[in-house]
Amino acid sequence: MSKRWIHGTFEDEHQLLAATAAVREQGYRVEDIFTPYPVHGLPEAMGLRPSRLGVVCFVLGAIGCALALAFQYWTSATDWPINVGGKPFDSLPAFVPIAFEITILFAGLGVVLALFLRCRLGPGASSFQPDPRVTDDRFVLVVRLEGATHTAAECQKLLAAHGAVHTEDRLEELVA
Amino acid sequence: MTEAVSALREPLVDGQKTLRAVTNDICRPLEGRPTRLWMAGFVVAVTMLIVGGASILYTMATGIGTWGLNPTVGWAFDITNFVFWVGIGHAGTLISAVLLLFRARWRTGVNRSAEAMTIFAVMCAGLFPLIHMGRPWLAFWVFPYPNDRGSLWVNWRSPLLWDVFAISTYFLISLTFWYLGLLPDLATLRDRARGGLRKTLLRVASLGWNGSTRTWHRYEHTSLLLAGLATPLVFSVHTIVSFDFATSVIPGWHTTIFPPYFVAGAIFSGLAMVLTLMLVARKVMALESYITKRHIGAMCKLILGVGGIVATAYATEFFIAWYSGNPYEQFAFFNRARGPMAGFYWMMVFCNVLVPQVFWFRKVRENLWLVFACSLLINVGMWLERFVIIVTSLHRDFLPSSWSSYQPTAIEVLAFVGSFGLFFTCFLLFCRFLPVIAIAEIKGVLGYARRGGAAGHEMASPARDREEVMT
Repeated sequence: MSKRWIHGTFEDEHQLLAATAAVREQGYRVEDIFTPYPVHGLPEAMGLRPSRLGVVCFVLGAIGCALALAFQYWTSATDWPINVGGKPFDSLPAFVPIAFEITILFAGLGVVLALFLRCRLGPGASSFQPDPRVTDDRFVLVVRLEGATHTAAECQKLLAAHGAVHTEDRLEELVA
Repeated sequence: MTEAVSALREPLVDGQKTLRAVTNDICRPLEGRPTRLWMAGFVVAVTMLIVGGASILYTMATGIGTWGLNPTVGWAFDITNFVFWVGIGHAGTLISAVLLLFRARWRTGVNRSAEAMTIFAVMCAGLFPLIHMGRPWLAFWVFPYPNDRGSLWVNWRSPLLWDVFAISTYFLISLTFWYLGLLPDLATLRDRARGGLRKTLLRVASLGWNGSTRTWHRYEHTSLLLAGLATPLVFSVHTIVSFDFATSVIPGWHTTIFPPYFVAGAIFSGLAMVLTLMLVARKVMALESYITKRHIGAMCKLILGVGGIVATAYATEFFIAWYSGNPYEQFAFFNRARGPMAGFYWMMVFCNVLVPQVFWFRKVRENLWLVFACSLLINVGMWLERFVIIVTSLHRDFLPSSWSSYQPTAIEVLAFVGSFGLFFTCFLLFCRFLPVIAIAEIKGVLGYARRGGAAGHEMASPARDREEVMT
C-alpha cells in the first residue's frame, strides 16, 4: 500500500491560513504544516487539540514538591536529628524555600523533556522536512490524499487557487 | 509602493523587511569572519579573564587572607559582587518571562541577548561564594549526598543552603528556557549551513527541528508554561538572596523590607545592564532596525518605574529605622549616611535615585549617548548599594572596641575584573556563534502595526527573493 501527499508551498501566512481552512472544508486531511515561525490561528485552523503538557507540568511539579518536603523531613527529623539553635527537628516553614525551588526545577525541566519526547526531538533525531526553506521564509502545507474521493489534480488546483506558489505530488511506499 | 502603517502603534521592526531579509540580517554576521571590533573586544575580555583567573588561583593557593577582610567585616567585596551579578541576571528573566506573560511584543528584539546575559551573570555570581568558601574543591559539600560521615546532612534551616538551591535552579531553568528559544533558530542556521563540522554540530544541537505546526503548537505551550514557572522563580531567587541578610540579627540587615527591596534593586540593575549591552550590540552588530529607539525608550521607562520602587525602598528603610525607636537600628542608618563611608552612600543615592529621573524627558530617552551614560551610572550605583548594605552594616558592630574599616586588596579587585572578563568573553562568543535576536519570534511580529496584521512581507516581491536563492 502506498501513501500519497500533496505539498503546497506558500509565501504568505494569510494565504496559508485560508488554504488550510479551505482544504479541511473540502474533506482533505491536513497531515502537517511547516512554517518558519508559529503562525497564530494555524493550530486551530488545522484542528489540533489543545496540548496536555500543562498536566504533565503540574504533576511533575507536585512530585518535586512532595519529594523535597519528604527528603528534608527525613534527613532532619528521622535519619540524623540535629538540634540547630533549639529549632524543632521538623521545622516545616524553613523547608518551604527549597521545596519551592525543587517544584519549579522538576516542573520546568520535566515539561521540556516531555515536549522533546512527545515531538520526538533529540540529538541526532532525523525528522521529515519538506523543504529546507521552511526554517527561512516558506510555508509548506502537506495534505494527505485518502481513498478515491479526491484526485491529486483537484487538490493541487485548490492549493494553487489560494496562492500556493508551488505544488507537488508525492507518492511514498509505506514501509512495513 | 506604500504600506499602511497604524496611526496608534509604531512597528516593531524598522524598514520593510521580508522574512528572508530577517534571516539574512541576523545569520550573516555568524557565517562570515569575525569583525575587527569583535576581535579587539574578545582580546580585551580574555585578558581580563586571565588576570582575574590568576588572582583567583593565587587566592585559592594562599587562602582568603589575601583579601581585605577582618574579624569585624567578614563579608565585603566578594559577597557584594555575588549579589551584584545575581541581580544583573534578573532583568533577563523579567524580559523573557514576565514580558512574555504580559504579551509585551517589543521584547522580541531583546529577549535572546537578555536571556544570555542572565546565564552568564549567574555564572559570574556563582563564582564568588565558591571562592569565598576558602576551600572551593570541597564545594560539593553544599549538596545533600549520602556520605561516610554518618550520613551527615546539610542544614536545611540555613538561608545559605536555600541560596545554593535557588541559584542552581535558576541557572538550570534559565539555561533550558534559553536553549528552547534557540531551537528553531539553530534549525534555521543548520538549513543555511553548507556542510562540514558546522552543519553536523548544528544538526545535533537543533534536535531535528523541522518547523512542524504540531511541534510549534506544543512548543508555544511549553514556552508559556516555562515563563509561568520562571516568573515566581526570579522573585524567589532574589528573595532568598535577601534572606542571607534578613534572617541575621545585624542592624541594617534584619528587616522585613529586604525581599521586595532586593527584587526591585535586582531588576533595576539588570535593566540598566541590558540597556548598556543593547546599545553596544545594536551598533557593533548593525542591528539598528531590530533594536529600535522604541525598544530603548521602553527600557528607559521600565528603569524609571523600577527606580521609583528602589527609591521608595531607600526612604522606607530610613523612616522605619527612625520609627522603630531601636537605637542600634537608628545608629546603623545614621552611620550609613553620616559615617566614614557616607561618600559611597550618597554616590549610590545620586546614581540610583537622581540619575533615572532624567528618563522622564523624551529628549533624553532619544539621546543614545545620554542613555548609555545613565545606564553605566546606574550599574555603578547598584554595585555601591550592595557594598553599602554589606559593609556599612558590619564595620561598626555592637562593640566599639571591635569597630574597624574595610579596604579591598588588589587581589579582590582583580577577581572582580576577572568576573567581567568571564561575562564579556561568554557574551562575545554568544554574539559570534548564536543569533543574538530570536529570528523566529521577530518574524512573528514583522507585520506588527502594518497592514495585514501579522505578516509584513506580502508587499515584497517574491521574484527578487528567488534571485537571491540562485546567486
